[in-house]
Amino acid sequence: MTKNEQKPEKGLLISPIENGTVIDHINAGEALKVLRILGVTGFTKEALSIATNVRSNLSLKKKDIVKISDRELSKEEVNRIALISPNATINIIRDYKVVEKVGVEVPKVLVGVVKCPNPGCITNSDEPIETKFEVVNGTLHCVYCDNIITSDIADYII
Amino acid sequence: MHHIISIKDFGRDEIDALLKKAHNIQSMGSYKRTLTGKLVALLFFEPSTRTRMSFASALSRLGGDAITVDSIEGSSISKGETLADTVRVVSSYVDAIVLRHPKEGAARLASEFSSVPVINAGDGAGQHPSQTLLDLYTIKENMPLDNIDVGLLGDLRYGRTAHSLSYALSNYDVRLHTIAPKGLEIPQWLSKELSERGMKIIEHHSVEDAIKDLDVLYATRIQRERFPDSASYSRIAHSYRITPKTLDGVRENLILLHPLPRAGEIDPRVDSLPYAKYFRQAENGIPVRMAMLEEVML
Repeated sequence: MTKNEQKPEKGLLISPIENGTVIDHINAGEALKVLRILGVTGFTKEALSIATNVRSNLSLKKKDIVKISDRELSKEEVNRIALISPNATINIIRDYKVVEKVGVEVPKVLVGVVKCPNPGCITNSDEPIETKFEVVNGTLHCVYCDNIITSDIADYII
Repeated sequence: MHHIISIKDFGRDEIDALLKKAHNIQSMGSYKRTLTGKLVALLFFEPSTRTRMSFASALSRLGGDAITVDSIEGSSISKGETLADTVRVVSSYVDAIVLRHPKEGAARLASEFSSVPVINAGDGAGQHPSQTLLDLYTIKENMPLDNIDVGLLGDLRYGRTAHSLSYALSNYDVRLHTIAPKGLEIPQWLSKELSERGMKIIEHHSVEDAIKDLDVLYATRIQRERFPDSASYSRIAHSYRITPKTLDGVRENLILLHPLPRAGEIDPRVDSLPYAKYFRQAENGIPVRMAMLEEVML
């Protein structure tokens, strides 16, 4: 075997983090939406690693992974991620070890998470209220105007 | 505290109980002044004749008094006050609020900020439960609410009366026939929800296709105020009209309803035919709204 034919060494696609959160099993291709949900932009300070379309050990399907250093996610942030990637897992890392591993779960009611797409809805005016949606069979029902979001939920996440 | 916000908040038993209460009130002939000393704010931030006057009339017949705002221009909302603040303040003056507002969900919001019961008198293209209850009451006056064919004609996209009525009818064994101009069909989300509740929905392209199969035809107006411009309104307006000829060969028990005001959908020559029940329907607004006012304040 010549040098050029040698296989590259197996290794981690992205390196471990000392403290922070690893969001694993994100639906393939959704990692950038997760970053948007978490408010991560080019101007925020987090150290980030992103892997997209990597092979999952659990199935033949592909997945995305996001690692964020020095940040643990709030329940609200987890709720938002659940909306677009219900199979994701949240791993809290401290001192390079996973100290907590939880699956995400879409709550029955979402408060202040999703914007109502109905321009005539009272929640799209200057009233002192947060949006409120009931989750029914994977669709979101606006508690105020009865409008229903059936697809492209990520587009409406606040 | 009991609010009346959306017909979706009512189960069949609750609807039947309110209709029975209205029937009892109507059949008494003279009214008991059960709301003497009660004061109600009629906050109407959108034009209305029938709904506002019939609530005022219903209240007066029960011995109560009304204070009224009848436009946004006549209220502090024109100065930039939120509806939440308006409701918070007004509810400290009165025993109940009847609200009409152009924004969908306004009544739900009001109920969260009010210290007294709120009755939704129509919010945008959303819910209009008092209209729906009087529609149901009028149908029930003429036939049982089960095993009937009901046709909805007109603007089924924006028409809140059609939305609320179709949802209420899904509590009963009703086959729903939808007849709408192109672009104003019943919204997909509503159609899906009604189907999930077990309602059979049959789409038609013209009133003539459906009318011989109906026990109730509920016609609605194409609402000029819901269109972005007059050109798009003109393209659709007057695309259907019920005349005496349209009613040839219909079921003997057919009743023709309309929430009014009509704008050419029903030829005035139909008014004298036995099918025409829309003025009786408007009249029924009084006992139904009396029942609603008693329901929230007693």
